[in-house]
Amino acid sequence: MNSLLARFAENGFWMARYMERAENLARILDVNESFARDSDGEQDWLPIVQLHADDEAFFRRHAEATADAVIEFYILDRENPNSVVQTIWAARENARTLRHLISIELWSQLNVFYGSVSALRPRDLSLAQLSRLCQSIKEGCQLHTGIVEGTTFRDQSWLFYQLGKIIDRADQTTRLLDIKYHRLLPHVADVGTSIDVSQWNALLRSVAGYHGYRRVRPSGMSPESVAEFILLNAAFPRSVACCVERIRYYLDLIASNPDLAGVAFAADGLVDLEMQMSMSMKEVIGEGLHEYLDRAQINLQRLTNAIDRTFFNAQPAAPTSQSQYQ
Amino acid sequence: MNSLLDGYDPHGFYCELLGSPAFAAEHTQVIRDWLSRTRPRALRKRAQDCERELYNLGITFTVYSERDSIDRVLPFDVVPRPISATEWAHLERGLVQRVTAMNLFLRDVYGPGQIFRDGIIPAHLVKGNENYRPEMADIDVPFNSFVNICGVDLVRGGDGIFRVLEDNARTPSGVSYVVENRHLMLRAFPDLMSGVGIRPVSDYGIRLRDALAEMAPAAVDDAQIVLMSPGSYNSAYFEHVFLAREMGVPLVEGQDLEVVDGLVYMKTTAGPKRVDVIYRRIGDDFLDPLVFRSDSILGVAGIMDVYRKGRVTLANAVGTGVADDKAVYAYMPRIIKYYLDQEALIPNVETHICGEPEALRFTLDNLENLVVKPVGESGGYGVVVGSKASLQELADCRALISAHPENYISQPIVDLSVCPTLVDGGLAARHVDLRPFLITGKSTWVLPGGLTRVALKEGSLIVNSSQGGGTKDTWVLE
Repeated sequence: MNSLLARFAENGFWMARYMERAENLARILDVNESFARDSDGEQDWLPIVQLHADDEAFFRRHAEATADAVIEFYILDRENPNSVVQTIWAARENARTLRHLISIELWSQLNVFYGSVSALRPRDLSLAQLSRLCQSIKEGCQLHTGIVEGTTFRDQSWLFYQLGKIIDRADQTTRLLDIKYHRLLPHVADVGTSIDVSQWNALLRSVAGYHGYRRVRPSGMSPESVAEFILLNAAFPRSVACCVERIRYYLDLIASNPDLAGVAFAADGLVDLEMQMSMSMKEVIGEGLHEYLDRAQINLQRLTNAIDRTFFNAQPAAPTSQSQYQ
Repeated sequence: MNSLLDGYDPHGFYCELLGSPAFAAEHTQVIRDWLSRTRPRALRKRAQDCERELYNLGITFTVYSERDSIDRVLPFDVVPRPISATEWAHLERGLVQRVTAMNLFLRDVYGPGQIFRDGIIPAHLVKGNENYRPEMADIDVPFNSFVNICGVDLVRGGDGIFRVLEDNARTPSGVSYVVENRHLMLRAFPDLMSGVGIRPVSDYGIRLRDALAEMAPAAVDDAQIVLMSPGSYNSAYFEHVFLAREMGVPLVEGQDLEVVDGLVYMKTTAGPKRVDVIYRRIGDDFLDPLVFRSDSILGVAGIMDVYRKGRVTLANAVGTGVADDKAVYAYMPRIIKYYLDQEALIPNVETHICGEPEALRFTLDNLENLVVKPVGESGGYGVVVGSKASLQELADCRALISAHPENYISQPIVDLSVCPTLVDGGLAARHVDLRPFLITGKSTWVLPGGLTRVALKEGSLIVNSSQGGGTKDTWVLE
């Protein structure tokens, strides 16, 4: 019998979520710099603010969503809980609490990684260097993932870590798609009409899905098929469908874990999520993509609340990124 | 070739590497040979590697500012501090003797109180002490082991004799550095370490776990042991992590524990699970808001009641602070004699209890040659070293002692031994002390060596990490 303190399960869950967020953010910033140019060749940085629902916080501090302002806000800004430095800080604070359970290598890498990110200064963020910087942040996160894979003891805390990671990934993907799709295609009626290929291209690249998409669709590019790929292609690791499959997989492992025998867990939202993933793209468009994604996000939140309530002994309040680092 | 030991001068102090004119330290030959073969630049390079590694591994203590946490590395000096097998055998016996007497003393003061009736130590000194816990009266502790984890601060004077400077019988810290320093040395100096027989220290966690399991309440066989920490914002958090990891036990905080129906439980993902033994790294004051400080949010309400009924073990026991108090310390040689009918194998540093008229007079008359220590403080704060104090500081100190003599003791300034230490100009003599650690369950085990603390500032006698001290690896040679 190997028991795990509820608090540590929660720390593991959130450490994973924060690292997943940091990686996603680095991807999005990188791609925006390289590919997301509009028809006048200008980059548009506002969607990144909208993606994180940070409009209010951002415009309190900056008059305009310029490249410099957005990049600084999302990499260096200590007041912004969604910035790279703050998400890695929060991951490290969770790891600090877990230090006696995680491998020394895991802690050491996160500690050094945080040290290098917190040493960044505004002059390190110039557009010329941004891609290389995002690359190194991404690699830091991937190194973390690799160390977790290679050194973590496969007990309950591993399961909660994996669950946190995959739930956050599903959440990120739904939000990204929601913002992008609406921005690029304000009206459903426009589906199939003129599109800005470079924008869709950028969207795919930001989720590391461009080459996968090309394998499925060797020629052409339609908004509908891009959305379908990112949402429903279960072979694509950042798709919502793939994440939902993994959620089911880890919850099954939790249900059969002898250390958790006798715990009754109702996976609120999961059945509906699975139902959503079985829909065709036509049905999704029929429901309205925004409505569909909204429903998926609510389902993910219900699931998170159920995990919270059952395993972490927490109040069923919606967790926010600001309050979960302890 | 320019040797590191050329020009090294112990300035007349006893040197842990070279010995003294009266006693040549032959056992350290292999280390001296190595030092004379090593170039200063090479040593410095390895020292820098060690420091970076300590930081990367997070072997740090944390200083919190308003906005952020700053992790600091406790400075590590790469020149080891050797102890010969013969010296260690003597120290080991003396330390076991001391902790044995301490436990007998605690059983007596919280039980029959024979020692007071026999007039060995004034009752008011113990029962009037702020660390005395009347709640402990007549509690049975397995094997009468009250002090399960003990750290004893030893110093060596110019005569080469080790003496006890202070006992730590509450929550002594520093053992994690002993083990981590050794691991660091093994990685950084494989060439040196392979030629020398050194007693290992890495089984501390296993020894501690075994002793704690022995201490479990009766009729519990597979004891659930936990380590209880004040939390990740505590400056000693690394040590708590280290100990929990080495023992393979959960690192809990007060918020993770609760008392239900007369037992202590921890909150797990699978619901409440019974806890049998708690190695607690929080002070008595904070343990139970129903019994001690009511404002404590670090403790567990109702835990003292469970403890008193023998249904959970706390290590160390509650109330051990009367055994390591600086005023009681002065009586330790007499306490050893009283319970064991033996002379103390490791003597005390000569101590004057200012609460006694003659000692007070002596202290006030010789202030500039004495170290004055407040009773009941720890961490080196409030200590006045007479020879280093200004006239104003001496006058302030004199006024404080005169106003409350019972709050102070004084001791002669011990000419602490030195050990070669890497400084900017090469190797220089710096003062060191030694804190060995003892674990007591059914019987007592002493970790070979202990924590060597070094005062990195030239001439400084204060080795505390909070006051600019560093550490060294301590080698008990085979």
